[in-house]
Amino acid sequence: MDPLDTRRNRPADTNTKMPLRETASQTAGPYVHIGCLPNMAGVESVFVDDLTCNVTLDADQIITLSGRVFDGDGEVCKDVMLEFWQADASGDYEHGIWHRAGTDLGTGEYSIDTILPSATSDLDGQKLAPFINVWVVARGINLGLLTRIYFYENDALNAADPHLALVPNKRKQTLYATQMDPPNTYRFDVRLQGVNETVFFQI
Amino acid sequence: MNDRSKEYSARDLSGQPEMDYPDYGSTIHRHPSHNLIVLPQSMADVTSPVFGQLDLGVNESDLIINFASSGASAIGERILVHGRALDEAGRPVANALIEVWQANAGGRYRHKNDAYLAPLDDNFGGCGRCVTNDDGYYHFRTIKPGPYPWPNGGNDWRPAHIHFSIFGSGFAQRLITQMYFEGGPHIAICPIVQTIKDPRAIDQLVARLDMANSIPMDLRAYRFDLVLRGPKSTLFENKLEGN
Repeated sequence: MDPLDTRRNRPADTNTKMPLRETASQTAGPYVHIGCLPNMAGVESVFVDDLTCNVTLDADQIITLSGRVFDGDGEVCKDVMLEFWQADASGDYEHGIWHRAGTDLGTGEYSIDTILPSATSDLDGQKLAPFINVWVVARGINLGLLTRIYFYENDALNAADPHLALVPNKRKQTLYATQMDPPNTYRFDVRLQGVNETVFFQI
Repeated sequence: MNDRSKEYSARDLSGQPEMDYPDYGSTIHRHPSHNLIVLPQSMADVTSPVFGQLDLGVNESDLIINFASSGASAIGERILVHGRALDEAGRPVANALIEVWQANAGGRYRHKNDAYLAPLDDNFGGCGRCVTNDDGYYHFRTIKPGPYPWPNGGNDWRPAHIHFSIFGSGFAQRLITQMYFEGGPHIAICPIVQTIKDPRAIDQLVARLDMANSIPMDLRAYRFDLVLRGPKSTLFENKLEGN
């Protein structure tokens, strides 16, 4: 037995006042890769593999989603980590699909292989158009930014979506992935600030 | 499958950092200029990937040896960092993956973009991970990281700190933060810390020296608890009970 296990279950001596308050966020800093994707950052041998996906996906449904993250000056950000969370092919989150990607330290490009999301619902059971939750952290981002990726192919569901309806029309296009050639490849760029600034959400 | 009882209470932004804080130069071009758009919570926000079953290597939570040559260990002050992950209702966050990363004892990260004068330690990688137990308890063994200077336009030094990443049971609970050390002289003058306006929220990021859990002639312990967003309904019930 790990001798440290004897130290478990001691009562906390701080944070005893209910309700507790959520711990403050701090920036992931410029070196988030060595903590969350150490093999990608060249810190090998600590973790056998980087944690980049939680499931094995059906090969014939795979789409490749890639892009870059830009700051308010239009500079490519190369120290970013993105996480993606979406329902499975039946719209269920119990077996939801999670990906983590770091932007390439040289080019700033990120890329994941996933499947197209399915329609889901809100907590009242109201139907939602298919989307992927995206969480963005990096140096200079003090509180992780949440956005979503929608797909133009689902135009009828998108037009009826109660959440997209809350986004000003002229900014909606920042939430859509662009289908490329071959058709199972998509681009989704994130613009942190300025012209065509991506829509970010507070949940 | 859809259930309002899973809903989280609204985020208390008064305890969170400001996005636009020019004294921390990197925020100038990286904060959204538009207000965040408030959305109702959906299943995408109250569910999360679960990593409790992750098959972690035996030494992944021991940064003193997890990068070291056989029989060697990292240079620096040996410490245990431990605590609990709770939600705002005080309930343990069990089976939560916690990842940490940090500079070495001299204040240097094992990252190709870190060119600080302090040398790398051949026996220190600077990352680790673990999963909380049923009580939300976690622990890491590591060395105390050194403070270091960083390019922010002046003579800014980061307080000694350890980066933490934690998953909750909902994507809306996802959190990345930094843990500081009790008594660190740079905490009060660090622009990154000071992005948080509320001193009590900063205090919650400061780990306490915990002599009761130190191991004589081996290491000192620091206690650091993490609090994730809690459910709306339970908070309400607790308030009723408390009154």
